[in-house]
Amino acid sequence: MGSSNSTLSKIPNLGRLIEETGFTPAHIKRLYKRFQALDKGNKGYLSPQDFGSVKELATNPIGDRIIGAFFSQGQETVDFHSFVRILAHFRPLDKNRAKRPDSPEPINSRISKLRFAFQLYDQDNDGKISRDELLQVLRTMLEMQVTEEQLESIADRTIQEADLDGDNAISFDEFRKVNADTFLRIPSPVTPSQITVWLIVL
Amino acid sequence: MSCWTRRGLLLALALGLALLVPMALSLGAAEKTRRSVGNGHGTGVTLRPDDSHGDGHGVNKTKKIFPVLTFDFAHVKIPFEISLWVLLASLMKLGFHLIPRLSSIVPESCLLIVVGLLVGGLMKLVGAAPPELQSDVFFLYLLPPIILDAGYFLPIRPFSENLGTILMFAVVGTLWNSFFIGGLLYAVCQIEGTDLKSIGLLPCFLFGSVISAVDPVAVLAVFEEIHINELLHILVFGESLLNDAVTVVLYHLFEEYSGLGMVTFLDVFLGVICFLVVSLGGVLVGAFYGLLAAFTSRFASHTRVIEPLFVFVYSYMSYLSAEVFHLSGIMALIACGAVMRPYVEANISHKSHTTTKYFLKMWSSVSETLIFIFLGVSTVAGLHSWNWTFVTVTIILCLVARVLGVMGLTFVINKFRIVKLTNKDQFIIAYGGLRGAIAFSLGYLLHPEEFPMRNMFLTTIITVVFFTVFVQGMTIRPLVDLLAVKKKQETKRSINEEIHTQFLDHLLTGIEDICGHYGHHHWKDKLNRFNKKYVKKCLIAGERSKEPQLIAFYHKMEMKQAIELVESGGGVKLPSAVPSTVSMQNIQPKKSNSERALPQISKSREEEIRKILRSNLQKTRQRLRSYNRHTLVGEPDEDGWNDLLLKRQKIMDMDKQISRMSNYLTVPAPPPESPTLSRSRLASDPQHYVPKPTLGNVPIIKVDLASPQSPEYVSVVDEFQKEAVPLKEEDEDAGGLTMKVPLGDPKKEEQEQQDGGKEQQRLMRCLSDPGPGGAEEEDEPFLP
Repeated sequence: MGSSNSTLSKIPNLGRLIEETGFTPAHIKRLYKRFQALDKGNKGYLSPQDFGSVKELATNPIGDRIIGAFFSQGQETVDFHSFVRILAHFRPLDKNRAKRPDSPEPINSRISKLRFAFQLYDQDNDGKISRDELLQVLRTMLEMQVTEEQLESIADRTIQEADLDGDNAISFDEFRKVNADTFLRIPSPVTPSQITVWLIVL
Repeated sequence: MSCWTRRGLLLALALGLALLVPMALSLGAAEKTRRSVGNGHGTGVTLRPDDSHGDGHGVNKTKKIFPVLTFDFAHVKIPFEISLWVLLASLMKLGFHLIPRLSSIVPESCLLIVVGLLVGGLMKLVGAAPPELQSDVFFLYLLPPIILDAGYFLPIRPFSENLGTILMFAVVGTLWNSFFIGGLLYAVCQIEGTDLKSIGLLPCFLFGSVISAVDPVAVLAVFEEIHINELLHILVFGESLLNDAVTVVLYHLFEEYSGLGMVTFLDVFLGVICFLVVSLGGVLVGAFYGLLAAFTSRFASHTRVIEPLFVFVYSYMSYLSAEVFHLSGIMALIACGAVMRPYVEANISHKSHTTTKYFLKMWSSVSETLIFIFLGVSTVAGLHSWNWTFVTVTIILCLVARVLGVMGLTFVINKFRIVKLTNKDQFIIAYGGLRGAIAFSLGYLLHPEEFPMRNMFLTTIITVVFFTVFVQGMTIRPLVDLLAVKKKQETKRSINEEIHTQFLDHLLTGIEDICGHYGHHHWKDKLNRFNKKYVKKCLIAGERSKEPQLIAFYHKMEMKQAIELVESGGGVKLPSAVPSTVSMQNIQPKKSNSERALPQISKSREEEIRKILRSNLQKTRQRLRSYNRHTLVGEPDEDGWNDLLLKRQKIMDMDKQISRMSNYLTVPAPPPESPTLSRSRLASDPQHYVPKPTLGNVPIIKVDLASPQSPEYVSVVDEFQKEAVPLKEEDEDAGGLTMKVPLGDPKKEEQEQQDGGKEQQRLMRCLSDPGPGGAEEEDEPFLP
């Protein structure tokens, strides 16, 4: 256990990180190891090229969007804190969280999860998913197997279903209402159960 | 008052039928006795001349009057009886729903058992022996349709998400139940004072394993009526399906060794191996047949009529093949249905899909009804030996074991679950553990020589089944309401959810990859890729294999909506997904316009329209010539949906232009005649066989007449020659609702569109369940 302690001691501001994200020290240790593995050259931060080394992301239709989500506005690097903070979105919900009205919304709450997903759709960050943005998402997900007209029909239909205030775009509230349950049932990708094996890609 | 007399009539008919059954049976019995006595002198009973009578017969028969009317019941006895039973079951089902209050309090299964008891009692009164539920009949004929129905329509996503939980409940839960009940029963039997000493340990365990399995038939019957939320439903139902493997293994294990009286560790070890073989083997057999069925359906595009048959036969074969090797037939059926479904649905036509669905539902419904009725009849028929101690202890132990098992397992399972199971959930899961006919049939299979206490077992099993079905079945609905358990959401899956679910799948897979964590999503993604790359190419015909799931879903939705729209009066009502505020505003002014404009149509235009309509019908007439029983109407080419969408776009553009015109006139089209009427009219009016002049710039697609079509559905072909109008109805774009084609113009195109639309309506009706003929379509099919 000595090595784990030394690993943990390398991480600055560990206590604050734990409190903000809700990960246990063991999880943070694993994530740090992963961070180090991704960080070629031991720079102490990640750049987009480091993410590119994960092979499966290349075949993922929204891979570049996911990578982009790690880098906040204008930044080129991701340090460990931000890395963990983004991943904290995908922790399972804490059911028994006491609702304190003054505390900030925890990162893994339902709303935050939805907001994160919303931001992936909304690339220009104007608070709405416009028809074009939706078309883009559909295009990447359907991987060029359909005609433009089909895409447009689907996009129109989608907006029409969700759009309540008639502005031909989906705002966050509309998005939330229409997708209320889809987020809940998913097994968390971040906290493995005791039986799953960590495989660190070198 | 009339509805009461109708109900009364129906009930009287049902009761009459119920009386008929025992009478028929007794007649059959009497017939047998008469024949053996040897009544050979043709007083109404025709005999075959090879009666064991000596030489009064044969060549030199005494001349008897030629029998004008004979009565030969033995000839058709068996099919007749079977049909009578099925008819009785169906009439009972009908009858219950006519009495609304009764069906809301008492679940159907209880009523059916009561009916069975009554019929059995009647039969005993009449003197005929009421039939017992033979295990063969049950396992080979009555059970498979229900399981196939369940497996084919199994919701895969919730099932696979909760698979771990379901397996825990099914395997560990059933094992716990069996041993707990068996062991404690043995202990009770050994207590002084009861005369049950003779029951050994192994028979007790055997009994425990038989009685502890949750029954899928009973669960389905009860849970379907209470509309509980999806999670609980799939948990209990999945458990009832998957515990079959455990039950099979335990049953065989204990049955084999009951005679010997002891089981060694080797046997237990072999039993575990056997369990793995039974369950995995069953799944593999089912998957194999499922893939075969998918592969066969790929080539079925030319013989659409027998497509549903493949689904049924392959599934049944998988069940039988699994039963040959004593593998779990239920799991084979489930695997077969679940594996074949996505591929078969992509291959078969819409009508075949509807047929499959309805046949499955019909068969499973009839099977279920018959099972419950027979349970009732068997109760009356069987020999019983009642033992107060045994029965009461069993019932108590069943309840206790179930509750303890569920609570213990949930405690362990909740550590691994994202969405934890609450206490309410646990209660419903425990309470929903109903026993049913499978337990009875398994008990029936016991040999009386090896198990002298078989009758007592049977009596107890029946009592437990009655208890769970009646008491638990009747009280679960008020309990669900009392505890405010979440009910099933009736909302249909919207395209938003579909897109978002797929998006989420990709997102979570990506996150897993970033974390280097090979979890749930990673493997699911890999499976999907494998599926898309290799499997789909093999099993799905033609271009469908490349169609992404989202598009298929979208098409299905559009089609469903189009059908709904047309059925609901052709556009007067809007599809529910359309936000009402936006659309209603656009509609109202247009509608009022049209009403005012109605009388202004000129005579000449009306005549033109009629001519066009007639000549279209003439086109249908041409196709009536060669009707071939073996081919259905040429379906609209389902790969032609792309063209359809293209055309829709064009119509939309055209509509936008039209909407800018101020004067809207609707053409009150002559009420579209049903094809039969039109046929008769055309037949009597030969001069209408005028070839229609081609109209302006309407793109006409030549449709190959090679596939002969049945008269009813001819309009399908026509539909594709014209612009498909009503399909556009549900595709309300943000660009304002130009609902229906207002035929304000002398342009022939609109007229074309309108009658194209009418044909479209007929098309849609054909695609949906064939309702009454098209004669009742309104005069104003479209919203102007």
